[in-house]
Order: sequence, then C-alpha cells, then structure tokens
Amino acid sequence: MFGWCGKILKIDLSSKKYDILNPGINILKKYIGGKGLAGYYLKNYITLNWHDPDMPLLLFTGPLVNTLSPTSGRMTVMSKSPLTGTVGDSSVGGSFGFSLKKAGFDGIIITGKSFNSCGIEINDDNIKFTDASFLERLKIDEINNLIKNKGSTAVVGPAAENDVLFSNIVIDNHYFAGRNGLGLSFSSKGLKYITVKGTGKTKTYDKESLKKAREDIFRLTFASPVLMGELGISSFGTAALYDLIDNRGMMPTDNFRQTRFNNAYLMNAYTYKKKFNPKKGGCQGCHILCKYTTEKGLSIPEFETMSHFSALINNNNISVVMEANKICNEMGMDTISAGATIACYMEISNKKLSGSDIISILKKIGYAKGIGNELGKGAFRFAESKGKPESAITVKKMELPAYDPRGALGMALAYATSTRGGCHLRSYPISHEILRKPVSTDRFTFKGKARIIKIQEDLNAIIDSLTACKFIFFAASLEEFSKVYTSVTGIESSAQDLLKAGERIYYNEKIMNSLNGFTKKDDDLPSRFFKYPGTSDNNIKIPPISRTEFIKTLENYYKIRELDINGIPTKEKTRELELE
Amino acid sequence: MKELIEKYKDKLFNHGLTEKDAPLIGTLDVEIIWNKTNKTTNMLEKLFKILNINSIIFSEPAEPYKTIIEFLTKTSNEVIYPEDTETRTFLHELPYTRDFNIQNIANILKERKSLIIPNHGIITFGTVSPEQAFVTFSSVCFAIYVKFFSDYLKHKKDKTITNEEEKIFNKIALMINPYPEFSFSLMQGPFNKKKVYKALDEAGKITVKSKLVDSYFGNISYLIDNIIYISQTGSSLDELYGYIDPCPIDNSSCAGITASSELSAHKQIYLETNNKAILHGHPKFSVILSMDCNRRDICKYKNQCHIKCPYKRFVNDIPIVPGEVGTGPYGLYKTMPPAIKGKRGVIVYGHGVFTACKKDFNEAFKNLLSIEKMCKQEYFKRAL
Repeated sequence: MFGWCGKILKIDLSSKKYDILNPGINILKKYIGGKGLAGYYLKNYITLNWHDPDMPLLLFTGPLVNTLSPTSGRMTVMSKSPLTGTVGDSSVGGSFGFSLKKAGFDGIIITGKSFNSCGIEINDDNIKFTDASFLERLKIDEINNLIKNKGSTAVVGPAAENDVLFSNIVIDNHYFAGRNGLGLSFSSKGLKYITVKGTGKTKTYDKESLKKAREDIFRLTFASPVLMGELGISSFGTAALYDLIDNRGMMPTDNFRQTRFNNAYLMNAYTYKKKFNPKKGGCQGCHILCKYTTEKGLSIPEFETMSHFSALINNNNISVVMEANKICNEMGMDTISAGATIACYMEISNKKLSGSDIISILKKIGYAKGIGNELGKGAFRFAESKGKPESAITVKKMELPAYDPRGALGMALAYATSTRGGCHLRSYPISHEILRKPVSTDRFTFKGKARIIKIQEDLNAIIDSLTACKFIFFAASLEEFSKVYTSVTGIESSAQDLLKAGERIYYNEKIMNSLNGFTKKDDDLPSRFFKYPGTSDNNIKIPPISRTEFIKTLENYYKIRELDINGIPTKEKTRELELE
Repeated sequence: MKELIEKYKDKLFNHGLTEKDAPLIGTLDVEIIWNKTNKTTNMLEKLFKILNINSIIFSEPAEPYKTIIEFLTKTSNEVIYPEDTETRTFLHELPYTRDFNIQNIANILKERKSLIIPNHGIITFGTVSPEQAFVTFSSVCFAIYVKFFSDYLKHKKDKTITNEEEKIFNKIALMINPYPEFSFSLMQGPFNKKKVYKALDEAGKITVKSKLVDSYFGNISYLIDNIIYISQTGSSLDELYGYIDPCPIDNSSCAGITASSELSAHKQIYLETNNKAILHGHPKFSVILSMDCNRRDICKYKNQCHIKCPYKRFVNDIPIVPGEVGTGPYGLYKTMPPAIKGKRGVIVYGHGVFTACKKDFNEAFKNLLSIEKMCKQEYFKRAL
C-alpha cells in the first residue's frame, strides 16, 4: 500500500489491551485520513456522553504524512467535544503524526478508561502501558522533560486534570490540539501521555512525480506574500496578522464591544521580534516554519492569543501577553477560550483587570480554584450562570477567535455554520475578504458568500484529512495537491475529486451534530453583532450585521449544502454521499 | 454578482481579450446568473453541477489570440507548455480538447484552471469570484501570445519553420497595434503622503491604457520617509484606488502583509539605489525577447534559464537576469536590484520589466515604454 500504512491501532484502556484494525483501501479512499477517517470511526458513538468510556478518542494522520509532501507533518485529534457537545476535532502540528506513521499506523483509536493515571508508549509495533501517576499535577513542560526521550509526545496538564472545558492536548511541548476541550477527553480516559517513535518509511508510488508537484507548490509559496513575504507568517509567525486585522477595523476589543485597539501598534509582531529576538521553527515536513520561540524556549504567541490577551481584555502590557500565553501552555488550555472567557468575566463583573489580575485568574482556571472553577467552564456557561448570556461571545458554546465578524461577513456565516462552534478554521474567508487570496471579495456583503463558505468548508475538510497545513493553501490549491496525492498513493485523483471527498467528510460531521440535536437555532451569532456597530473611522465604517441578510444567507447555505430548512442533513444527500 | 459579471465582461473587451459581446459569464450562489443565455449556457450549467465552483467564463478570444490558439493546438499534443513565469508559477500548463462535450470538459477542468477548445473558445472558472476566471483567462491569452512569438523566433533560427507558421506569423504581425508615444506628463514629484496615492493610481492606469501590460500583470511603488507605498497583491494596475499598502522599510508594521509579492524586490532597489519610484510590468515583447538565447542548446542550465542563467545578457543596454517571483532561493529580489543600478531598467527572464527613477513616474513609465518598444523592434529585426 502506498501513502497509508493500512493499520490502525485500537486501544482499550480499561483492559490495557490493543488490537490492529485494517480498514481496507475502499474506506481509505473514501475518507482519506485525518479528520475524514477519524469522523468515520467516531460516527457510531457520537450520541454517547463525551466522557462515556466507549466514546473513542481518535488520533489520525493522513496519507501524505511522512512523505516529501509539503507541510505534511500534521494530524487530527477527534472525539465528542466536552465544551460544545458537537463533533470535536483539532488539526495539530509538531512531529507526532510523522512518528505515528513511522511506527506503522495511520491512526489510534482509544476507548475505555484506565483506573489509574496511565501512559501509552508506542515504539514501532511495541505498545506499552505505563503508570503515569508520578506526572499528575505537573505542568506540561515538566511532564515533557520527564518523557522527552521516548519520542514525540502528546500530553495533558493540570487544566485537563481539573476539568477545564477548554483544556488542550499538547504535542511536543509547543503544538496544541485545542479549542474543543479534547484535553479533557484525553484525561477522562485516565490517560496522561502518549509517546510514539518509529523507524518505518511511508511508501510513495511515484517519487519523481511527487518531486515535480512539490516544486510547483514551493514556487507558489515563495510567490505568496502572506506566507513567505518579508511581512508574512514565515517571517513573523501568525502574529503577522495583528497589524492588518486592527487596521481593517476588525480586532475584537473589550469583549467585542469595539473593533480597533488603540495600542495595537505597540504590541504587534515587530515589537515581539525586537523584544524577544525569537528563533524560527515549525512542524516536521514544513518549509514555511511559522513557529517562533525565545531563547528560553517560550513560545511567541500566535495571532489569536496576542489579540485576545491584549485587545480583547484591554491589556497594554506585552509581558503580560507572554506570561498569559506561557501559563496557558503550561496548564494545557486553549488561549482563545481563556482570553474570551476572561473578557466575558470582565464585562459581567464590570471590572478592569491589571496584568497581575489576569495572570492570577489564569492560574485559578488551570487549577480550578475560586473564580477559576467557574471560568473553567467557558464563557457561555459562566455568562448563563450569571444571567447575562449576551456577554458570552460564543457560537455553539465555543468562544470566538480574533476576527470580528462585522468586518468580514463571510466570516460571520462561517462562524455560524462551523460544525465545532465559533471557529475560523472550518472555512477561512479571511483569506479572500482580507488577505486577497485567491482573489479579493467584498468583505461587507453576503452576496455569493453562501456558496464560497460551503466550498471552503469542503476544502478545509480535505486538507485536514490529507493531512496538510491550511496555511499553504493561501498559495497552492488542490490543483497542485491532487498531484501530490496521486503521486503518493498511486490513486488517480483530481482537485474536484478531492473536494468531493471533503464534502462527504464535512457532511458526515453535520450528520453527527444533528444526531445530537443541533439545528438551525444553533447556527447563529451572538446578538451583539446584529445590534451594535464596530469601531468606524473616516475610512472604514463597520456597521452592525443585518440580521435579515444573515438569515437569508444562512438559508441559502442550507440549500447549497443540501440540508433541510432546519439545517438538518437530508436522506437524499446522505445517500448520494454514501454516508448511510 | 450581476455587477461583477458586467465588470469582467467589460474588462475582457477593454483589454482586447474578447470581442464586446462574446463572453458568457455565469456565477452561482443559490441560483445561476448569466450575462446572457443561449444553448451554450444551458450546456455549461451542467459544469456547475459537476464541479464545486462558483463562476465560469467561456469565450472565443479576440484576435490575434484566436488565430494563435488555432495554430498552437494543431501543433501541440493535448497540452500546450508555455515557458513564461506566469504559466510556470500559476497555470503550469494549458490543456486543450477538440471534444466539445460537457463531461469531457468537466474532466479536464477537474485538474486545471483553464481549458482551450479550438474553434470554440477558452473556458476558465473561479471558486470565490468571477475575478479568478478573468485572471486565468487573461493569463492564458498572455501565455499563448508569448509562446507563439517565442517559438517562431526559435524555429526561424533553427530553420525549422513551416509554411503555415510563417503564414500565421505574417497574418498576426499585421494585427499588432503600435504602442503610443509618450506625449503627455504624469504628476510631478516628489510626492507627499497625501499625493502619493493619486500618483500611483495615475501611473498604473496609464500603463494599462497604453497596453503595456494587462491589468493583473504588474506592480508599482513609491518611497516616502522610509515608507514604501506599494500596490497590493493581485491588484489591478488600473484599479489601485484603495489597494495601496504603506510598508515601513524597517518592517515595523505587518499591515502590508497584503502587499505585492515583489515587495522585497522593490525594497531592495530602494536600499541599494537612491530611486524613489518603481514600475513593474509584463510587456509582451520584453518577455518574449528575454527568452531568446543563442546559447540555449549548449548551456548546462538549458532547462533552468529562469533561475540559473550564468551569462550576462542584454537587449542593447538593458540587462536580462534570471529570478523567480517572491522570496524563494532563486527570488528575483536577489538578482534584479543589483542589475538595475545605473540602468533604465531590467528585464527578468520570462517575466517582465522593472524600471526605477528618482522623482516620479514620468521617467519610470517612459523607460518601461521605450524598453518594450525597443524589444519589439529588436524582435522583428531578429525574426525577419
């Protein structure tokens, strides 16, 4: 078999036994890998409670991983989200995916529950279960220091142990499977860490053809200012977006009550670069290298983290942003949700927080102490418990990232239709509404956006299944990646064939959500965006979103996605996509 | 969407890519909208069902593109391989088919952005906007034009030219319109921060109006107080209002992350010379002539001329340098800026011309125009 290993490791933590599944080429062709294949294995269990021992936790790579394919170092982690109750998944970088393929597996399915805190150590086909109780209560970096020689690592920290609903799984100390609370899913199984290393190679069907496709992709990425330009993410990390998003009047500020941040120019990517002189790194198999760390090994915050720990909570101190990021990373919790939940708390309590207040609250969240116990449940649950649901800026209970939807109406629709809640990664209309790729679209209109969002959701679903990095698609497209896929697997395919697989994979998630009762009422935005304008200036007006237009566009999206008028998958489409 | 359809229909005509009423342009959100309907649109609608796209342009190209297509498709096997930078980077290759059958068309468009159907036209598509389809259509026309004239010159030198090729050449040579004279004046510099936007807009528009470039092929910048005011990536030189990014030369703001992919090349010119204005376009005969090399068959880098040409090449006084778009290991930001010192401009192999000057765009435009005129003249001197 080319591309895939054809083997999936199925582990039952209750019995500490494992088995090998061989999905067969037809399943692999249909669901590809990563997000697609994980979704296939999750679907039959999706109505269980997220902490039911039978609820699988899935870690899946794709056929391009551990090959010469550009940006192929990623994998998907999936389960039912503790935070949202939707399908919960996260595409994550680092080297875990590579190592898993080297060990000979396309994915791991973990079910059951260990009585004691345990670890799983994978060394090629040797699978070992360990007692991990000595790692309890340790921070992420402390845990990694103790297990770092065992290969690539996936660990959870104090946040997951303390039931924080937005706790992460941390890969290789610096990469985060975040947003959905998957750290809590991991921890609920009594699992503390997984390590993996291997010596195998992934077979490539046509190496010469792969080299040619790779060169085409490299040429495109070098021609992309967003990726490889001197102001792009290769030069500054995702922090490069900070100036632009503020400049376009869509930086969420003061819990989304404003959309410009007065001190943005003092807290931008350039300032971090000057102050910390970070070194460049990145995921295995990537030439873009957007990860920056200080000499002491601290991560420079990603764009969303920078934005939410500054503008969203009115913090003007760059050191506080660094410290907040460090604490979230040590605790293993999602920075977007943490920042947004603190912003919600500030609004409801009508408090201004100092830098030390912010740091103290983050620690309390991670250790579930005092107010942290309440805030660890996320903004939605906190605001609801205080009788102020309008202060939680969430979709399907997930906190929104750092793009105010009033400044990009495609993003407004994308937040609403995302299968995992308030997320910018299911569809990323910022690419055309702001970054002008593949071409620019009018960010202040809903016209045409329903179909664009649907196509982009399909696209991102296939990217997360191959598995590749979404960033590279600012420059390349499936036109080039279909050549990579065919070169690696030997399976004739085209851009449109892959997009069709993406449609199937995303529709499968719509089906899973509908099985858990999600309908049109959940595909909505916080009322704030329809009632109040953003921060306008002489050049840019940021009006409130027209609710009428929003609803009309959402209904158009349902027609295009072939859902019924309540946003529920239809039998006909389910059959057409062979998802019965 | 109707406005966009009309906009790109007009652009196709104004750029000389199609006749006025030739294009069929369709967009799909919930419903398909066409600029007009006929039997062909009924057929093309099926493409929207087969492909996950939101816009289509289908049109017979205007002359001389139509004649060139007829010739190139007769002499190529299923796919045309132009060697200019645009094709190399963005289109890769140009497939064609004589089978005007919708499933066949769909199968080819599943893999590539464009399809040429001899005697019918060119079909292109977009996934977010008809603008993508327009850009691709424009790129295909540019690529086949450059390929035809490049091949002709090569065949002439090789003495492999056919009667038909000669006949076609003679026919389309008569269709080439002369470039205008520079008998006007652009805004006088130096510019301040208020005037610079207007100056850039004016220079961009005149460059397009003079048919020196198609609107998507080029970029432009001006330096004031260590800030580079530069056109955004993918912006049209004739529609620059609102699409200029101010980029501090010390990179102290990343707001210009949307700036042209040639920002680094512009910056390097400003750092290495005392110029204040830069104009870059892809005028066709400069591109064609840059690829005409007598040493090609004996050079050890013969298939890598665009990145590794080891020779100092010139068209009269204008240097020709290798280099790719952007910031890669063979990026033109390394090769072009040193070559432009003391010169009227530089031609980048298979790509286009950069001109730079000290005060405003008068000289930059004049040089771009005169270099292209010179290349055109030189081309016909070599070809005849």
